[in-house]
Amino acid sequence: MIELNEITKIYQAGDTEVRANDGVNLKIEKGEFVAIVGKSGSGKTTIMNIIGALDVPTDGQYILGGTDVSDMDDNELAEVRNKMIGFIFQQYNLLPRSTVLENVELPLLYAGVSSADRKVRAMKALEKVGIDDKAHNHPYQLSGGQQQRVSIARALAGNPSLILADEPTGALDSKTSREVLDLLVLLNEEGNTIVLITHDTGVACEAKRVVKMHDGKIVYDGPVEEYKETLVSEGWLK
Amino acid sequence: MRRFFQGFKLAFRSIRSNKMRSFLTMLGMIIGVASVIILTGLVNGVTNYLIESFSDMGTNMISVSVTNSDSRSASVDDMFAIAEENSDIFEGVSPSVTGSYTVKKGSVSETGKTITGVAENYYIIQHINIADGRFIGYADITGRTKVCVVGSYIVDTFFTSDDVVGETIKIDGDEYTIVGILDEQADSTSGSADDCIYIPYSTACRLTYTSEPSTFTFATFGTDYITKGENALDDALYEIFKDESMYTVTSMSSLISTIESITGILSSVLAGIAGISLLVAGIGIMNIMLVSVIERTREIGIRKALGAKRADILIQFVIEAASISSLGGLLGILFGAVVTVNVGDYFGLEASPSISAIIVSFCVSAGIGIFFGFMPAKRAARLNPIDALKSE
Repeated sequence: MIELNEITKIYQAGDTEVRANDGVNLKIEKGEFVAIVGKSGSGKTTIMNIIGALDVPTDGQYILGGTDVSDMDDNELAEVRNKMIGFIFQQYNLLPRSTVLENVELPLLYAGVSSADRKVRAMKALEKVGIDDKAHNHPYQLSGGQQQRVSIARALAGNPSLILADEPTGALDSKTSREVLDLLVLLNEEGNTIVLITHDTGVACEAKRVVKMHDGKIVYDGPVEEYKETLVSEGWLK
Repeated sequence: MRRFFQGFKLAFRSIRSNKMRSFLTMLGMIIGVASVIILTGLVNGVTNYLIESFSDMGTNMISVSVTNSDSRSASVDDMFAIAEENSDIFEGVSPSVTGSYTVKKGSVSETGKTITGVAENYYIIQHINIADGRFIGYADITGRTKVCVVGSYIVDTFFTSDDVVGETIKIDGDEYTIVGILDEQADSTSGSADDCIYIPYSTACRLTYTSEPSTFTFATFGTDYITKGENALDDALYEIFKDESMYTVTSMSSLISTIESITGILSSVLAGIAGISLLVAGIGIMNIMLVSVIERTREIGIRKALGAKRADILIQFVIEAASISSLGGLLGILFGAVVTVNVGDYFGLEASPSISAIIVSFCVSAGIGIFFGFMPAKRAARLNPIDALKSE
């Protein structure tokens, strides 16, 4: 499903080179629920951008669903994002002037789906996250938790191979965070592949597999039970 | 297709949500397009007015004016001889001695009335019908009698009844007897063909203190004979004067084409000047679109992250710019048309915006939107989605 081989990403910051990713190797199979954790500066955002086809690596190979994405141009990447990836952002990133329904329709619109079809599929996605009654409202009329549900519906609408969630609970209180995480667990149980990027170890523990990054490298990769044990042994968790 | 439809939908939503800004941006376009429409419309009105009043005087006429000197001169008889010699071209000729005088009857008085001194055949060559009485006769010319033939406007203005043959009217203080009334030709309005007073040319010469008529009207058999007639007159007059500067030959139809070409140039110069304001309006649109792209960086980032290609974003912003400017163009056309008709009315002109000016200015306004919207749109399309998503 996802295959990262020796991914290196180098940024030019003034005169100095920053190695945001330094030889990352990662394989994710269909149906997995993986959390990528790390402090800020660990390179987790850079790896998310590459996995999300928002950016290409300086060096290395990224294969998504059988196709090599490493050297694609702007338009090809847009196509890959549109067809294969559903994004969930920390700041929801809904278009404020469009209705909830129009927001959910957006990826379908760029995929060239007909207007009637778009509506049906978007409504189905809204039903799934339980917010179909707000379809004709504008995002600013909704609470944060509701907006994040809309953004999850938008990620689902295009029926992508991968759902990529970047700090999905970062802007929510603990109760709504719980609801959003439960929704992600449910979606995974239904067969969706989910990659969750977070700095919050508690949130990471919702996944089935945890990948920990530090200084641009993967320093830990294993099942969540094992990860929890290391947390306990390090005194982070009881 | 989908891209275009979506582009228009988004453009109108964006215009609606920024009403004040959109209107101010459009204002430049409205003023520019309106001035093009108004200026060309009014110049058209003036052209039509001029052509109409000149063609009233007959498009088959050629007028000749001569400067007589002691050694060389052309008499009335010479002119009749020229017309006679070229009877295949000319229907006839009449002197036309004009002057402006005060005309008075009882307490009614009008100044600056054009009095035309003509020969007895003038009404025949001009194809004017006599409604009542007779035209000026040969005896009136030889006898220099004070008689006149008047148009229906004169009758309406100076008399209360229509039966005015035998009445007198004062021209420059002298009593003239009305011997005939002409048929109404142009609704008896002031300044029209009905606003005329004809007197014998010999009498007119005395009135204007000249010894011989110096201007003549040659009637050809139709506009097709104008060029031939002008050539024949040139040749014959050169025989008499041996000097081209002593006479001029002009025809109404060549005068009309001169007027048309002058007003045509005037119209394009004015439209060109007004067109500069369209350019300025275009720059205004570009400016606003650049601001709009910066403001909506995040929106562009979201769209790109969800799969919008460069072309999708480019088309969205180009259509938005084109919509603003062509909407401004439409409002400008509407505003311009209203002003043109009303100003035209005020000056008594039949002014209306020309279809070609409307089509051209609409296309130009849409074109300017596309042209000036392209640069900001391209900038938007090239935004990197990661950077765009980070912006606030």
